[in-house]
Amino acid sequence: MVLIVILAIVVLLVLWFVATYNGFINLKNRVENAWAQIDVQLKRRYDLIPNLVETVKGYAAHEKEIFEKLGELRAKAMGATSVKDIGDANNQISATLKTLFAVAENYPQLKANENFLKLQEELTNTENKIAFARQFYNDIVMQFNAKQQRIPDMFVARIMNLTPKEYYPIEEEARGSVKVQF
Amino acid sequence: MERKTLYDLQSENVRKTYLFMMIFSLILFAIGYFFVWYFNGGSVGIVILVAFIFLYNWIAYENSDKIALASVNARPADPNEYYVLHNVVEEVALAAGIAKPKVYVMEEPQPNAFATGKDQNHAAICVTTGLLSMVNREELQGVIAHEMAHIRNRDILLMTVIGVVVGLVLILRDVLFRSMWWGIGGRKRDRDNSGSAIILIVGLVLSILAPIIVALIRAAISRQREFLADATGAYIIRDPEALASALEKIGSYGRPMKVASDATAHMFISNPFGNVEKLLATHPPIEERIRRLRALVIQ
Repeated sequence: MVLIVILAIVVLLVLWFVATYNGFINLKNRVENAWAQIDVQLKRRYDLIPNLVETVKGYAAHEKEIFEKLGELRAKAMGATSVKDIGDANNQISATLKTLFAVAENYPQLKANENFLKLQEELTNTENKIAFARQFYNDIVMQFNAKQQRIPDMFVARIMNLTPKEYYPIEEEARGSVKVQF
Repeated sequence: MERKTLYDLQSENVRKTYLFMMIFSLILFAIGYFFVWYFNGGSVGIVILVAFIFLYNWIAYENSDKIALASVNARPADPNEYYVLHNVVEEVALAAGIAKPKVYVMEEPQPNAFATGKDQNHAAICVTTGLLSMVNREELQGVIAHEMAHIRNRDILLMTVIGVVVGLVLILRDVLFRSMWWGIGGRKRDRDNSGSAIILIVGLVLSILAPIIVALIRAAISRQREFLADATGAYIIRDPEALASALEKIGSYGRPMKVASDATAHMFISNPFGNVEKLLATHPPIEERIRRLRALVIQ
């Protein structure tokens, strides 16, 4: 009788372990999947930036600092490895792009340029997608990290050697300086 | 002012939907049962009736989006000509976590839009050229988010069900009326039957009442669902103001739509007949929607 009870407990424990293990695996895959979504959009943005700079240069040659800043940030973002660094650099790119598009308002010829309008639309599109993909990513990261801290799930997390995932940083309103010179 | 969160709205709406679908089924059953009884159809009659309802449902279910799109002369939006529209739909689909629906435009000066299809993976969004020329990118995003909410909440399927039931009830009524005319002609030769008189009265009352009830229910469902889609849409893009200001522009356009009809009116984001405020209106007043949107709390 005692043997049966012990056996039942062991079976239950194994079942619980398997379920929790699989739960972690699923969440981990979802986090990676969500990150891949962001990554695709970031790559697209890195490709678009040089085109944009080339186009704007022809019309607004003396906005040199913005071009340089964009180039630096792009290099920094492409070289970054941690989610936080990639996110921070890209948030700065967002702010700089905003400044660039605001500045473009001063150049009527640029604003009438078909290519520029198309690039502007493409970048806005990419920007929005990054923002929406970030919402998803951060939601899932929160679930994943919370599960790792909960008892008894945390024991399985220890065995699996799991570590919390990094959040994609959200830009602070104050830092994104959208100052426009007239 | 009373503030409702999205989740309150959603559960309230789900409850109402179930209730209304139950009432729908009861009406259908009552009419169908009466129909079979009147013709002395017995169990064979009921089988035929059920088979007919299934077939009708199936055809409508599979083709409703094509029928709806064709009836308003919509055409697929060219990705080169309407690339901003395509981009916006893609973004909002990403935010809503569903596949990108097909994109259609219809040549129409009135600013309006609707979504159709049987489920998330077979959905289409259609906007008028009037809308595209009137709203800016953010406002367009708000409108598309509203339509995406209809798709994600599975409203588009419910609308199909409603359309199917309304269509079916109207057909049954017509058939009933015709059969009663034949019945009166034939009865003279039969032996005197007081039951026939009762049947006639029941049939008459049902056939007059049913479409009115259906229209009332349709209007009520539709109004609730518009509020919910507004709230859900605002939540999807985390921006109630985009849709609110789009609705302001849409509301300021006074003229009715050229191709609007009773069958498709409930699909649109705003009433295609203009701001009709009456019991049977398929849409709540636009000012009320704007007011509720601006009162929404989105963390």
